[in-house]
Amino acid sequence: MLDRGLPPRSPWAIAARLGGWFERHGRALVIATPYLWFALFFFVPFLITLKLSFSEVVLAQPPYAPLFTLVRDFDASVLNIRLNLGNYGLLWSDTLYIKAYANSLRIAAIATLLTLAVALPMAYGLAKAPDRWRLALVMMVILPFWTSFLIRVYAWIGILKHDGLLNAALLAVGIIDQPLTILNTDTAVYIGIVYSYLPFMVLPIYASFDKMDVSLVEAAIDLGCRPVRAFWLVTAPIALPGIVAGCLLVFIPAVGEFVIPDLLGGSETLMIGQTLWLEFFNNRDWPLASAVAVLLLLGLVVPILLFQRHQQRASGKLETEAGRA
Amino acid sequence: MRPGFTPVTVTALTLGFAFLYLPILILIVFSFNASRLVTVWGGFSLKWYVELLANRQLLDAAWMTLRIALTSATVALVVGTLAGVSLTRFATFRGRTPFSAMIYAPLVMPEVITGLSLLLLFVSIDWDRGFWTVTVAHATFSAAYVAVVVQSRLLTFDAVLEEAAMDLGATPAKTFFVITLPIIAPALASGWLLAFTLSLDDLVVASFTTGPGATTLPMRIYSQVRLGVTPEINAISTVLIALVTVGVIVASLMQKRQIAARRRAAT
Repeated sequence: MLDRGLPPRSPWAIAARLGGWFERHGRALVIATPYLWFALFFFVPFLITLKLSFSEVVLAQPPYAPLFTLVRDFDASVLNIRLNLGNYGLLWSDTLYIKAYANSLRIAAIATLLTLAVALPMAYGLAKAPDRWRLALVMMVILPFWTSFLIRVYAWIGILKHDGLLNAALLAVGIIDQPLTILNTDTAVYIGIVYSYLPFMVLPIYASFDKMDVSLVEAAIDLGCRPVRAFWLVTAPIALPGIVAGCLLVFIPAVGEFVIPDLLGGSETLMIGQTLWLEFFNNRDWPLASAVAVLLLLGLVVPILLFQRHQQRASGKLETEAGRA
Repeated sequence: MRPGFTPVTVTALTLGFAFLYLPILILIVFSFNASRLVTVWGGFSLKWYVELLANRQLLDAAWMTLRIALTSATVALVVGTLAGVSLTRFATFRGRTPFSAMIYAPLVMPEVITGLSLLLLFVSIDWDRGFWTVTVAHATFSAAYVAVVVQSRLLTFDAVLEEAAMDLGATPAKTFFVITLPIIAPALASGWLLAFTLSLDDLVVASFTTGPGATTLPMRIYSQVRLGVTPEINAISTVLIALVTVGVIVASLMQKRQIAARRRAAT
């Protein structure tokens, strides 16, 4: 009577039962693990940032006032919410922030177009390269992406600075007789962004060129189209999905870029990522930094959604292609 | 597209690659400069490398960075692979759209936002900042990259193999470990390597989420760079570039050999 229904205690039986449990709940477990991870470490932090952006800065550890407080009022607990819109008011009234925001959008947009201008011929050249070269050349585009971002930005300081290598070279050749001021200007930031983000632009465009049907271009040329015109009328539209993806991959992170403007840019043109950094690390104003983050994210919601749609469509296309094969 | 170099494409590629590689080459060359001035060549010397070995702070930071990168890449591999499998093999489940949104968003999210929001999470749950907070932060954005790499591999191989294994009575878990895992292994390797270098590289997210005693190499380099260009930074940069280049080349050669071996086995 005593041993009725008692499970066997041997480790094998336990393992088997555990295995059975995993088997039964495997699917849920596979989905739940990454789901919870991203929810906890990606989504919840945004909610906290949003909450904090309505809070007040105080001299304390951590340096902000609580937003929700439970107040005992006679015999009932009342949830007291102090919504402070002051941070957003400050962002609106102090022109520093609006300027930084506008600067970021402008610099990111110009830099994205410049990156496109450099990447388009490169991607085209890659797609047209002979087969035995192509893999090595694509590898050469990817390789800088693996080396440190910080180091690649740092490399430009020595080149662009007043007594740097570029000025030394230009002076030696005799193109200029006065050293150019490039470091600590917007130009240096453009160079830094184009340089750092170039692989992100080249690879998606190359991928869409690669799938292209040559006969279309040949048909256009046979029908009397000049090659340059054929490129713009036939090739460029085919590369459009790659161009859109590349532009989003460059533009979105570039708007919030910190390292490049901080090391290469001037002190007059702050970008929004820098103001967030300064508010957080130098002024220790966490609520204001959170408000900057929320506004930055709001401005990027549309491009981020576009990017996600593109990603989903791309993986859907991959699936139908695999299905056909 | 008909393959072949034309003068136009050769010029485009030459200029493009010169732009990509010249700055790095210059940086490497000047790490062997005997002169402290970065623009004047003072003869060949290894003295900056010798100084590196004596720089205790830098070596400590390098060790810390390596540990964080190894741990976070491994965590990212597990989480990212599960995410990639969920997205491709379970076509429909409740909450799939927000799930895929959470996976694609970290790929483009500005680092300052990721860093700040994760820090606020760690503070509000009272998690002491240090090694583990940086590791978790890195694992999170790296997992998104791993998920995309694994997903694209899973989408391009024939699911018939998995179906056959299950028809023959293998459980889903066994099918995954015996059939799926070996096929996607190269994608897992490159996903891990990607996660590893992303972590090795990161300055912004680490600066937000770190605590006392967990200073990473990029943070050390950054604070030195702000003081000016020194050959010592060139030297440490050269070491890092050499390590990563060797790693990537070895990984791609291994992948090539594996593909060649599979082709031989198939014929």
